[in-house]
Amino acid sequence: MTSPTLGTGVSSLPPEGALASLGRPGGGSAAGLPLLSVHDLHVRFGSKEVVRGVNFTLAAGEKLALVGESGSGKTITALSLLRLAGNAAITGQALLQGRGDLLAMTEREMRGVRGGDIAMVFQEPMTALNPLMTIGQQIAEILLLKKGLTGAQCAQAAIELLAQTGIPEPARRANSFPHQLSGGQRQRAMIAMALASAPKLLLADEPTTALDVTLRGQILDLLSDLQRQTGMAVLLITHDLNLVRRFADRVAVMEQGVLVEQGPVADVFGAPQHAYTRRLIASQPRRDVVEAAPPASTASVVQTQDLRVVYPTPLPGIRGWFKKGEFVAVQGATLQLLPGQTLGVVGESGSGKSTLAQAILGLLPYAGELQVGGQAWQQPATRNTPANQQLRRRVQVVFQDPFSSLSPRLTVEEIVGEGLKVHEPTLTVAQRRVRVEAALDEVGLAETQYPRLLERYPHEFSGGQRQRLAIARALIVQPQVLVLDEPTSALDVTIQQQVLGLLQRLQKEKGLSYLLITHDVDVIRAMAHDVVVMKDGAVLESGSVADVLDAPQHPYTQRLVAAATVPGG
Amino acid sequence: MALMSSAPASPSLSPSRRAWLRFKRNRLGYWSLLIFCALVLVSLCAELVSNDKPLIVRYEGQTYFPMLKDYPEKTFGGDFETPTDYLDPFIKERLSAGSNWALYTLNPYGPNTLNYFAKAPNPSAPTSDNWLGTDDRGRDLLAQLLYGFRVSVLFGLALTITGVLLGMLTGAIQGFFGGKTDLAFQRFIEIWGSMPELYLLIIFSAVFAPSIALLLILLSLFGWMGLSDYVRAEFLRNRQLDYVKAARALGVSNAQIIWRHILPNSLTPVVTFLPFRMSGAILALTSLDFLGLGVPPGTPSLGELLSQGKNSIDAWWISLSTFGVLVVTLLLLTFMGDALRDALDPRKADQ
Repeated sequence: MTSPTLGTGVSSLPPEGALASLGRPGGGSAAGLPLLSVHDLHVRFGSKEVVRGVNFTLAAGEKLALVGESGSGKTITALSLLRLAGNAAITGQALLQGRGDLLAMTEREMRGVRGGDIAMVFQEPMTALNPLMTIGQQIAEILLLKKGLTGAQCAQAAIELLAQTGIPEPARRANSFPHQLSGGQRQRAMIAMALASAPKLLLADEPTTALDVTLRGQILDLLSDLQRQTGMAVLLITHDLNLVRRFADRVAVMEQGVLVEQGPVADVFGAPQHAYTRRLIASQPRRDVVEAAPPASTASVVQTQDLRVVYPTPLPGIRGWFKKGEFVAVQGATLQLLPGQTLGVVGESGSGKSTLAQAILGLLPYAGELQVGGQAWQQPATRNTPANQQLRRRVQVVFQDPFSSLSPRLTVEEIVGEGLKVHEPTLTVAQRRVRVEAALDEVGLAETQYPRLLERYPHEFSGGQRQRLAIARALIVQPQVLVLDEPTSALDVTIQQQVLGLLQRLQKEKGLSYLLITHDVDVIRAMAHDVVVMKDGAVLESGSVADVLDAPQHPYTQRLVAAATVPGG
Repeated sequence: MALMSSAPASPSLSPSRRAWLRFKRNRLGYWSLLIFCALVLVSLCAELVSNDKPLIVRYEGQTYFPMLKDYPEKTFGGDFETPTDYLDPFIKERLSAGSNWALYTLNPYGPNTLNYFAKAPNPSAPTSDNWLGTDDRGRDLLAQLLYGFRVSVLFGLALTITGVLLGMLTGAIQGFFGGKTDLAFQRFIEIWGSMPELYLLIIFSAVFAPSIALLLILLSLFGWMGLSDYVRAEFLRNRQLDYVKAARALGVSNAQIIWRHILPNSLTPVVTFLPFRMSGAILALTSLDFLGLGVPPGTPSLGELLSQGKNSIDAWWISLSTFGVLVVTLLLLTFMGDALRDALDPRKADQ
C-alpha cells in the first residue's frame, strides 16, 4: 500500500481486514467507490509549487491522517479541496462521490459543497469563530443556509448539536460569545458547527494543536465518537504522530509538497518504507543525559521556597482608580535544581510555569525565597544593581518562539555578542568576535558551513537555527543555569530532536543546569532528572522523573501522563 | 548538520537595506524621490538660478563678484553711492559696452526685485522678461515661486523633524514605562490636544513679532501628538517581545534596550508617515500664509501668492502657477509616501 515513488501513489481502498482490526464501524458504503479521490493535485503560489502531484483516496467513513512538518503542504492540500487556498493556482482532479470534480466546479456549486458535503474544523477556534456572534447564532446560520430550517428550529437544533459535542449546559452556552468559552469548549463549538450540515467528510486541520495536552485527548475522543455515530469520513491534518496512532485508520505522509508514503497506520508505523517516514517516526525525543549521581554536595544552583508571584489587575469601577487587584500567577512554589541536572516544569498554559521562569530570571518582582547559586536577587530584582548583574550572568534564558526572540534589526554578531558588552565591557571588538565565533561553534553554527555568518540577519535562518542562535546568546556569558522556556515547542519534530540533542551535549560538556519548562511530557522524559507538575500557579507534585511520570499520585498528573501516552504504543 | 546545507552564499542584507530595495522597485515612488530631491537641490541654489545680481561682472579690466560684495553704482559709472541696480538699463548698457561683460543668472530677478522697467502694468502677464509674469507689486513670479518653494520645503522639513523627535521621545517614554507614566501622559495629551491651535497662533502672532522661528515653535508644540500615539503603540507591542526579555535577562540597561532593541523595531510608522507629515506641514504653512498668519511680510511664500491670486482673479498666471507648484510638490510627497509604505509593509515579499 505504500508508494515510495513520488507522485504516483494512487492507492486503492485499504483492505477491509486491516480496518476491521482497528474497529472501524459502518464502512463499506457505495460499492467500493471512494468518497473522495484526489488525483495529481498541484497547488502553486506564483512561481512556488507547494503541492506537487498528490494522489490519495478516502472511503466513506474512513479516518485518514495527513502527516507532515510545517511547510509540507498538508494544510494547503486540504484547503485546496474546498478551493479556499487564497489565490493559489490549483490543477488536478478531486472527485467527490455524487458531486463530481471539486476543482472543476463553479463557485456557486462549490458553496453548496463547503459546509455541506465537506465541513472543516480549524486549528485556532478563537480566530475561526466570529467574536461578534454567539455560538448558537453561528451554528444556526449554517442550519439556516444548508437545511432551510426556521429560526426557532435552528436555535433548538444548535443546542442539540452543542449537547452532542459534550458542552455542559448547552442551552446557556448557545448564548455565549466565543471569548466567554474556554479553549476546549470553543473547539467543541467549532466541531458542532462543522457537524451542523451532517457532512460526509470532515477536514480537521490540527484540531488539537492550540489546546492543552489534557484537552487534546478529549477532543480527539469526541471526534472519534462522532465519526462512529455519523459515519462520516475524517481527514485529520496533524504533525503529531501520537494523535495519528490514536485516531486514524490510514496515514499519508507528506514532505515538501509530495506524498511520500501512505497506508494503514499499523503498516506505516510498523514498517516505514520511505526514508522521511523513518526519520519522522524516529524523531521522538531520545534520552541521552548523565543520570543523577547521588548528590554529593547538596548545594543547589536554584532553590525556591514558597515563591509567590502576582500580577496587578485593574479593579472595576471607581475602586480601580485607587487600588489594584492582584492575580496570583505562582503560589507557594518550592523547588530545587541541582548542578548539572535538569529540572522539568510541566503544566498547561496558564499554569504559571513561564511566570516562575521569569521570577527566577529576576525579571518579575516576587515574594518568598529564591536563591540562584546561593544568592538571592537584590530587591527589586528588576533593577540592574551590580549584585544583580552578577546573578544575571549565572542564569540565562532561551525562549519558545525563535522568531520573536531575536531582534530582526541586529546582526548575528550583535545579537550573540550583546551579553559580553554588558558583562565584559573591557573586551576589544576583535576579542569579542573570537568569543562570539566560539559560542556559535558550540551550538553547531560555523562560518565554514555558513559563509559570512556574523554579518547575517536573523530572517535568513530557519526556526531550528534561530533557536541555536538564542542558545549561543545565552551561553556566551558562561551561565550556570539555563532557563529553557518551551525551547522546542515551536519547532518541527525532526528539528526538535536536533535541538534537544544539542542541549543534552552542552549539559554534558559544561555541567549546565537546566530549568526546562514545557507542556510536552515526551520532552520531559527525554531531558529531565527531576520534575515539577504545576497547575493554576501551584506545584501539585514533584520528584524524580521516574517517580512522577511512572507512578503519578495526583489525579491531574495522571491525566497529563495518560494524555501523552500512546494507547498500546 | 543537514540543515545547514541550504545556506545562501549571497551577502546578508539588513532589513532597512531590503526595504530600500523594495522602495526602488516602486518606479513611481523612486522617480518622485529623485525629482523631489532635484527640485529641492535647485531651490537650495536659488541664488545662483534666480537673482537680480549677475554672477560675474568684467568691467574695464577688473572682475567683480556682485553676489559676494555690494558695489556702489559709481563703480560702474553711475552717479550714486547706493548699491548698484544691475537691472537698470543704464548700468546694463555700461556693463555690455566694449570688452565689458556680465553673466546674469538664468532668471535675472530675486524674490523681492521689483521690475521697474516692465513694459506692462502690474500684475503683468507672462512675457519674455518675466516668464511667469509678475505679481501685483511687480515682483517676478518665477523667482517668488522658487524661493517660496524653498521656504516651504525647509519649513516642512524642520517641522517634520521636530515633530518626529518630540513624537518619538514622548511615545517611547509612554510605551516603554507604561503604567502610571503612560496614564498621566495620555491625559496630558488629551488636554493639550484640545487646545484651539489656530486661536493660539492668532494670539501669539499679535503678541510677538511674527517670524518663521515662532511659527515653527508654535506648530511643533501641537504637531507631535499623532505620531506619539503610533510610537507608543509600537513600544507597547515590542517591549514584551522575547528579544527584549532576553536582553533584560542579560542585564542590558533600559537606555540600551530602548536604543538598540525597541527603537529600531518601532520606526516603521515613523518612516512611513514622514512624507505625509511633510506634505501636511507644507500645507499648514501655506494655509497660514494664505490667512496672513504665517511668515512675516516680505518672505516669499506660496500661501501669500495664493491669496494674491484670489485678490486679483484676472491675473490667472499667479493662482495657476502657484497652484501647479503646490500640486506637484504634494503629489511627489504622496507618491513617495505610498512607495515607502509598501516598502515597509511586512506582508510584501522581497521578490
